[in-house]
Amino acid sequence: MNETTSATAAPLARLIDEFHKLPGIGPKSAQRLAYYLLRMPPAEAQALAASILEVKERVTLCSICQNVTEVDPCRVCTDDRRERSIICVVEEPLDILALERSQSYRGLYHVLHGAISPMDGIGPEDLKVSELLQRLRSDEVTEIILATNPNLEGEATAMYLTRLLKPLGVKVTRLARGLPVGGDLEYADDVTLARAMEGRQEMSG
Amino acid sequence: MPSNRLYKTEAIVLHQRRFADADRFLTIYSPTYGKLDVKARGVRRTTSRMSGHLQPLTRCMLQLAQGHSADVIAGCETMESFPRLREDLDRLSRAMYAAELIDRFIPERVPGYVTYRLLLDTLRRLEESDQTDMVLRCMEMRLLDQSGFRPQIDLCVGCAAALPPEQNFFAPQSGGVICRACTTGVAGPRVLSLNALKVLRLLQRGSYNDVARLKVGDELAIEIERHLRSYIVCVLERDVNAAGFIERLRREGSRRPIEV
Repeated sequence: MNETTSATAAPLARLIDEFHKLPGIGPKSAQRLAYYLLRMPPAEAQALAASILEVKERVTLCSICQNVTEVDPCRVCTDDRRERSIICVVEEPLDILALERSQSYRGLYHVLHGAISPMDGIGPEDLKVSELLQRLRSDEVTEIILATNPNLEGEATAMYLTRLLKPLGVKVTRLARGLPVGGDLEYADDVTLARAMEGRQEMSG
Repeated sequence: MPSNRLYKTEAIVLHQRRFADADRFLTIYSPTYGKLDVKARGVRRTTSRMSGHLQPLTRCMLQLAQGHSADVIAGCETMESFPRLREDLDRLSRAMYAAELIDRFIPERVPGYVTYRLLLDTLRRLEESDQTDMVLRCMEMRLLDQSGFRPQIDLCVGCAAALPPEQNFFAPQSGGVICRACTTGVAGPRVLSLNALKVLRLLQRGSYNDVARLKVGDELAIEIERHLRSYIVCVLERDVNAAGFIERLRREGSRRPIEV
């Protein structure tokens, strides 16, 4: 960012530096965003600044499911119409949005905030695993659905959680893995095909 | 690097990290081009035709297009997916360790068929063998050898005399084993039992089949692991992350395959 700081007004340079800290934002993108903000009407820029502050001040983690929320406990955890005996474990809050969009699940959630990635030094202690175990102390929960991503880290997390949860006598299930809707069989990899074959189902009349 | 814009190579995917909305950066290890960071576009989408072929610990045939900052994967096909590694957390954690070890030891863009073959053999052995820890020890010793850090375990690194058949000391910072008389003034010598020395020598000189036939007790296996790990940490000047996870699994549970 030094090339920018020498020829740019100090507040603008600071803004570029701040954008550069964001994930996926390189030096050029940071400059573009900063100059876009500079040309923005003041009211819009203030609304953006206020939203950032509001998010930091008002959004917190639900003390039960660890999802991001404005009220604690969150609306899902306090919804009486939801099935309270099933917990769906996901990696990130955005995964909940995807599952809710599908309208196929009416139980509770638990957000781990990541997945076990030994090569990156991310272990179970870095995730919300102890909070999940805490929730199982009540007899209410009978099933845990492991909905971690079907990649190496997600599978490692699912296998690790299964080891922890099975001895507690709770039913542990994993989201089915197989061919995606809209995919082509000829391009499927061996692991996906093998799991799709294992999980085949009888066609109803 | 080839002169064509497009080139093909076999590779093992070592590591992946998220990039932009739906892309990933992959660290791959190719026998022809060495270790490369390449870009895989759109592979985080469920409809991606490539994502399943590009999971870490997959051996695949890749078609790559030369890019400005990083080459981009244009096509791929699985050659070996090592399914047993993915169904057993103990095997998986050790395979991750093997991949991380290669990632840490091998500099970028240095072709090396021998080391590639070592990784491939290790992944195959981790699938088949029940002595997964000894498979890793075998790999560690060969990798140290191939990368020019072969530890001296025949002679004392202090006085260059033959090591007496008794308890000696392993001194990672000195590059190998030292006899009791030479320990004075040496940084961090660790007690090395005679049996551990014998196994280390077998690991260094013997074939994998010789090592596989050996029955090593838990205590001795842990002693050998600690010595080799201390040496690797000394060479790399950092720890191998996956080693901590393996230790945690060992502490927490037994070695049974887990079905999910």
